Amino acid sequence: MSNLLQIHEPGMTPAPHEQEAGAAVGIDLGTTNSVVAIALDGAAEVLTDAAGHTLLPSVVAYGEDGGVEVGHAARAALASRPDQVISSVKRLMGRGADEVKRLAGTLPHALAPASAGGMLRLQVGARAISPVEVSAEILTALRQRAEAALQGRAVSRAVITVPAYFDDAARTATKDAARLAGLEVLRLVNEPTAAALAYGLDHGAEGLYAVYDLGGGTFDVSLLTMEKGVFQVLATGGDAALGGDDIDHAVAERFLAERALQGESAVSSGAAKQALLAARAAKEYLSDHETGDWTLEIDGRASRHSLSRAQLEELARPLVGRSLAICRAVIDEAGLTPEAIRGVVLVGGSTRMPLVRAGVAALFGRPPLSDINPDEVVAVGAARQAEALTVGSDTLLLDVTPLSLGLETMGGIVEKVIPRNTPIPVALAQEFTTYQDGQTAMAIHVLQGEREMVDQCRSLARFELRGIPPMTAGAARIRVGFCVDADGLLTVSAQETTTGTLQQVAVKPSYGLSEEEMAAILQASMLHAREDMETRLHAEAVVEARRAALAVRAALAADGDLLSPSERRTIDQALAGLDEACATGGREAVSDAAQALDAASQSFAERRMDRGIRQALAGQAVERLSGALGLAE
Amino acid sequence: MSQERPAPITVTEAAARQIAALLERRGKPSAGIRIGVRSKGCSGLSYSLEYADELSGLDEVVQQHGVTVLIDPKAGMFIFGTEMDYVEDKLQGGFVFRNPNEKGRCGCGESFHV
Repeated sequence: MSNLLQIHEPGMTPAPHEQEAGAAVGIDLGTTNSVVAIALDGAAEVLTDAAGHTLLPSVVAYGEDGGVEVGHAARAALASRPDQVISSVKRLMGRGADEVKRLAGTLPHALAPASAGGMLRLQVGARAISPVEVSAEILTALRQRAEAALQGRAVSRAVITVPAYFDDAARTATKDAARLAGLEVLRLVNEPTAAALAYGLDHGAEGLYAVYDLGGGTFDVSLLTMEKGVFQVLATGGDAALGGDDIDHAVAERFLAERALQGESAVSSGAAKQALLAARAAKEYLSDHETGDWTLEIDGRASRHSLSRAQLEELARPLVGRSLAICRAVIDEAGLTPEAIRGVVLVGGSTRMPLVRAGVAALFGRPPLSDINPDEVVAVGAARQAEALTVGSDTLLLDVTPLSLGLETMGGIVEKVIPRNTPIPVALAQEFTTYQDGQTAMAIHVLQGEREMVDQCRSLARFELRGIPPMTAGAARIRVGFCVDADGLLTVSAQETTTGTLQQVAVKPSYGLSEEEMAAILQASMLHAREDMETRLHAEAVVEARRAALAVRAALAADGDLLSPSERRTIDQALAGLDEACATGGREAVSDAAQALDAASQSFAERRMDRGIRQALAGQAVERLSGALGLAE
Repeated sequence: MSQERPAPITVTEAAARQIAALLERRGKPSAGIRIGVRSKGCSGLSYSLEYADELSGLDEVVQQHGVTVLIDPKAGMFIFGTEMDYVEDKLQGGFVFRNPNEKGRCGCGESFHV
C-alpha cells in the first residue's frame, strides 16, 4: 500500500498516525469552571462553545430520563431541581467514603450509603454516582467542545491541571475520569506550574516564582522554584472558603441594607439571588470604572443603588487582606522573604480587581503578571505543555531531552537509547549481549549527541559491569536502563539478568552545556549526516564480519577434522580475505568478504550440525527418544 | 566510498505541475518545497513534505521541470535515487515516493525503513 503525501506548512507535518492519535488539548478542570485550550505552533487558543462561552461551569445535571447536561444548562437546573445537580465535585476527587462523612452536612450533595472504606458515591435521584463519573461528564463535554471547535478533528489526548496539593488518590481519580471520557492523559500538571508556563517563565531566569490564585470560591498561593526550565512546587497555602463570591456577598448585603432603608425590607431567597447578581455585575464593572449605578427590581419594586470603586474596595479589603496574610505566612514558612521572588502570576477571575493587583504588587514589591486572561491562564499553560509533549517544540526546552542519550557499542558506534526531544521523565531499557565467548565484564560508556560515532559525541560517564557469568558470545542478557527524572537527572543502570548483578551511575546531561553549544552539536550532526551514516554502516559491517570470523575460527578449532585439506584452504582464504577487507576495505568490500566466508563455510556448518545432533543422540534408547520428542507410538 | 552523484532525486512532470500549482495557491513567497525524513513512525522513518520559506544553506537543491525541491541534509542518504511522483485516485490526490533504498514499510504505508 502506498501512502499519498501532502505538502504541509513548515513544521506542521503530522507524525505518522497523528490523525488517528487525535489532537492534544490542555484542560483546566476547575472546582467552579473548566476551560479547554489548544496550542498550535506555540500560540494558544481557548476553545469556546457555540454561544462563545470560554468557561464551562463544572456542574452536571442528571435528568429523570437518564439524560445528562453539563455546564450552563446544568447550572440553570440547580435552582429548579437541586437534588439532581452536582457541583464542586472536584473537592471529592479521590476521597474515601469515611473521609467525606465528616463533611456530609456541609456538602451540597447527598451521599449514597457505602460500606466502610468503600468507594464514595453521590445520591442523585435513584442513582449512585461516583465523583470520577461526574468529572468524566465534564471532561467529555470539554472534549466535545474542542472537537466541534476543531471542525470535527478527533481530540484524544490532554494535559489536565490539578491543584498542587492534590494527593496521589485525587490524581489517580482525575486520570480515571479522563480515561472514562476517552482522553489519554499526557501528563497531570500542577495548576500554578501551568500558569507559570503560560507566561513562558520556563525561559526566564531561574529562581523563585509565586502564583496567586483567587477564584470564585477558593484561594491558593503557590511558591515555585524553576531550574533549567523545570518547575517544582516548593510550598502551597490557601483557604478553601475565600474567593470572589465572598466579595459579591458583602456587596449584596450592602445593597439589601440600602433597599431596606428605602422601605423595601422583604428579603426572600429570590431577593438575595437578585442582589447577588447585581453585586457581581457591580464588582466587575468597577474593575474598569470609578463609579456606577444599579437598579434592583424584586417583585416589581425597584430600588436604586450607587457604588464607587472606593466603596467596593472598602468592602473587599478585609477579604483581600486575608489572602495576602496567607501569602506572607507561606513565604515565611518556606524561610523566604517576598523580595526573593522573581515574579508573581495572577490566576482566577477575582484577580481582575485593581485592589487585588495593588495588594499583590505591594506585598511582592513588583507588579504581577496579568496580561493573560486570569480565568484562562491555567488552560493556556496546559495547552502549551500538551503541544510540547506531542509535537515537540524547539522553543520549549522544558521537560524534554535536548540531545540524544546513548551507549557505546562494538566498533565505536553510538547506540541511541533516548532520542532527542523525548519528554521527561522517561525510562527506557535495551538489552545488550556479550561479544566474545566467556566475556565476564562489559564497559558501559554513556554518550550524548546526535553523531553516529563515539569520538564525535560527548562522553558523560563510563563504568564497568563485572561478574557476568562466562557464557558463549551472545548468550548473556545485559539490560541497560536509561532513566531521566523530571529534573533532567540521568541514571544509567546495567544489570546482568541471570545473576542480577547491577551497576549504576547518575549524571546531569545538561551540566555545563550552553544553548549555543547544543545548537552547534545539532548543526554538526546535520552537516556530517551523510558521512556519519556511512561511517556507522561501515563500522557495523566490520563488527558483524569480525564476529562471523571469530565464530568460524572457534568452529575450526573444535571440528576442523571434518574438513578436507582443500576445503580447509578455501575457508582459510575467505577468512584472510575478510581480515584484509576489515582492515582496509570499504563497506561493500567488507560485506562481500563476509558473504564469501559465509558461502565458503556453509557446508562445514551443516556437517558440524549433523555431528552435534549425532553426539546428542548417541547412546539414547529409541523409546526414550521418541518419548522426549513427543512422537506417537 | 565517494562517487560522482547525479541529482539525488527525480521529480516527475506530474509532481512538478502539482508542486507549482500548490506553491501558487499558497499565496506567500516560497523558496520551494522541502523533503525531510523523520525518525518517527511504526517502521522507523517517515517522510515529511513541507513548504520552504527560505533556503537553509545546508539543503541539497534539486531543480526540475521549473520547480525547486530542497532536500534536508539528514534525509539525503535515505532517499537518494527516489522518484517523486504525483498520483490521483478516485478519492484523493497526493505525492508518492518511489524509493529504491526502502527495505520495508509498515502496514499503513506511513513509515518505512532502509
